[in-house]
Parts: sequence; structure tokens; C-alpha cells
Amino acid sequence: MKNEWPLWEVFIRGQHGLAHRHVGSLHAPDAEMAVKNARDVYTRRNEGVSIWVVKAIDITASAPGDKEPLFDPSNAKIYRHPTFYDIPEEVGHM
Amino acid sequence: MYAQMVKSTGERPKTLDEMAPDERAFQMRVDADIKIEPKEWMPEGYRKTLIRQISQHAHSEIVGQLPEGNWITRAPTLDRKAILIAKVQDEAGHGLYLYCAAETLGVSRDEMTEQLLAGKAKYSSIFNYPTLTWADIGAIGWLVDGAAIMNQVQLQKCSYGPYSRAMVRICKEESFHQRQGYDIMMKLCAGTAEQKAMAQDALDRWWHPSLMMFGPPDGDSVHSAQSMAWKIKPMSNDELRQKFVDQTVPQADYLGLKVPDPELKWNEARKGYDFGAIDWNEFHEVLKGNGPCNKERLEARQKAWDDGQWFRDGLMAHARKKNARKMAAE
Ligand SMILES: [Fe+2]
Ligand SMILES: [Fe+2]
Ligand SMILES: [Fe+2]
Repeated sequence: MKNEWPLWEVFIRGQHGLAHRHVGSLHAPDAEMAVKNARDVYTRRNEGVSIWVVKAIDITASAPGDKEPLFDPSNAKIYRHPTFYDIPEEVGHM
Repeated sequence: MYAQMVKSTGERPKTLDEMAPDERAFQMRVDADIKIEPKEWMPEGYRKTLIRQISQHAHSEIVGQLPEGNWITRAPTLDRKAILIAKVQDEAGHGLYLYCAAETLGVSRDEMTEQLLAGKAKYSSIFNYPTLTWADIGAIGWLVDGAAIMNQVQLQKCSYGPYSRAMVRICKEESFHQRQGYDIMMKLCAGTAEQKAMAQDALDRWWHPSLMMFGPPDGDSVHSAQSMAWKIKPMSNDELRQKFVDQTVPQADYLGLKVPDPELKWNEARKGYDFGAIDWNEFHEVLKGNGPCNKERLEARQKAWDDGQWFRDGLMAHARKKNARKMAAE
């Protein structure tokens, strides 16, 4: 049986109030060891207050080729941005 | 550098006109400084060259722990020992970030380890020299990490996203490495005549091997042009080497040490140091496996791999059992 430890993606919350952010990956036999390894590999200098690990094979990603159909439509909808609207100065801050 | 002799395609880079549409679109993104990400289309040569380069870099970080690890138990004070452990642990981390970056290109961790142990994958020539005295630990931090930083800073801009991000992280950690090394040198140079002689001896032995870290002269490296076009090698070997010499010589002066090169001279017109020829024969011999410690280093890696087998298997068996039990309970 192939015994290479599975790959885990590591997410770290840098400070209280911030979202977890992807920082990299590592190999570990199980989730518990993945958290322990993540602590040694990715938080040697106080980089985090919380760790998430997710098995890399459990992540579903959008395909690079789908970039246009997925994201182009929102490009055209400039009216979703506040700068689309001209509000006269007299109205004050809005 | 840490990847000193990366074989690329061996051919001159194609012009945009000569490229197939996929390749042209790829090159135009690289030219526009848009990062390439793992699942995107890339030329096979780009993928292969990067796997070689990143895995050489990773192996260098891992093997690089050995010469320094040699002094952990004999560090002169408890402080120095704690610092050296932290530094060596960082290098293990660097190796791991880089292996992960290489894995995104479709090579497995075990394959890379097997290539290293079989002598098929290279690591930096610098780690095949012995650490004979405590001063060598100072010289390594100062010179070897100093040279590594010079290389890695420019690689932060490289075109492959995961590699570039690993470099950003590594660069943040490296400057402590160089400073702790220089700190050791300062202490020794301010010490007894014997201590200062020890520092000089370390500089004498590490200077030229450090210059070789940047790889062969530009004229001899056939693979550079393509790597530069792909932006996985932003600066040339000679450019980086010159930068390193210019930065390091004044630091040696400050220590009151003499750089072991009778031809070293400031060139006012060029605003840089001229330096003597490097023994490239020695470099090629070390890369071929004939350096003073090549055999010892590979044996140490092989032993670690073999001795760790029961542990890797044991933890995996435990994880499978635990998982099966959990499934049965659900
Ligand atoms: Fe290093
Ligand atoms: Fe490193
Ligand atoms: Fe380092």
C-alpha cells in the first residue's frame, strides 16, 4: 500500500477579527497531526491565533478555463459600484 | 544558486511568432507579470524546468541543515544553541514550503525524495563542505545565507505563483539567519587573537564556495536564456555574484578580516569590486559528487529516510484504523 501521508491545506487566522487565510500546505497522516505540523511549519513567529486544516483532495476549485464565464459578467455591472453614481456636492457625504 | 545547474530545454527561447497559440498566450501573461497558477496551462518545458529548480532548492534547504546541525550539541552557550536550533528549524520549514510548491506541478514528495537519494536530483554544492570549527557557523550564516538571500529576494518576483509566495515567506525569515551569523563573527573578531584567527580561517574556506553558489559564469550556462524568458530566473549568475561581492567585502572590512583573494580591488569606474578567477573545476567536481562531504550528506539523508520508515508507516496505519472505527460507529 502506498504510504505517503496525505496533503493538507493550511489556513491561519493571523489576528483576532480577521478571516482565516490560506498559507500553504503540508503532509500529515491525520487531521490532528496536520494541526500540530501546521503549528511548527507555519507559526514559528507568532503568525497566528487559530489554525484550520483541510485535506487537499476535499477542496473543489473552479477551473482556470472557466474564468471568463464566471467572472466576466460582473465586469459589465459597473452600476454595482458606488462610484457609478454622481451625487451633487451639496448633498454632502453619502 | 540553491538551484545552481538547472537544465532547461537547452534551446534558445522561441519568439512570439514561432509559438503555438497556447504558448503565445502563456508567454504574453508572463511578460505582463501575471502570475501563473498550478492548474493553468503551461508549456511542458516550463513545468519540468520548474520542478527541477524548486526541488533542487528544497533539497538544498534540507541537506543544508546537516553542516549546521553538526554544531548544535557543541554551541558555546545556551543562547547560541537555542538560536542555532531555531535557525536550522527554519531551514527545515523552507524545505517544506518548497516541496509543497513543487508538488503543485504534479510531482509527489516521495518521488522528489527518491530522486535526491538516488543522486538524480542535485542540491547546492555549498553543503558539501565540512563545518570544522564554531566560526564556520558564523561564516555560513553571514556568507551562505547572505548569498541565499540575494538569490531569493529576486525570486520573489518569479512567474510561478506558489514558488513566488514561498520565496516571500522564506525571505522574511532569512534575515535573522544572516544577522546571527555575522553576530558570531563580530564576537570572534573582538575576542582573543586565536578567536580572530578562527574567524579568518572560516572566511578563507567559505569565501570561494560561497561565490560558487551563484552557479557557473553566464557564458557557460546554456539554460539561462529560456529560464529568464519564463521569468523563473530574474537575474543572471554573474550579476548576482557581483552584487554579493560588493555587499560583502565592506562587511569583511568591518570585521577586520581579509577576503582571501589577492586580485580583489575596488573598481572606481565600474563602482564595484574586481575579483580573481574562480576554480570552476572544483565546482563541477563537487556537483558530480566528489566534494569533501557529498557521501556523508547523502548517507545522512538515506539513514533518516530509512530510520523514519516505521514511523511514517505506523502513523498512517493508525490514521487508517481510527478512520475505519469512526466510519463503523457512524
Ligand atoms: Fe538556507
Ligand atoms: Fe533557507
Ligand atoms: Fe537560511
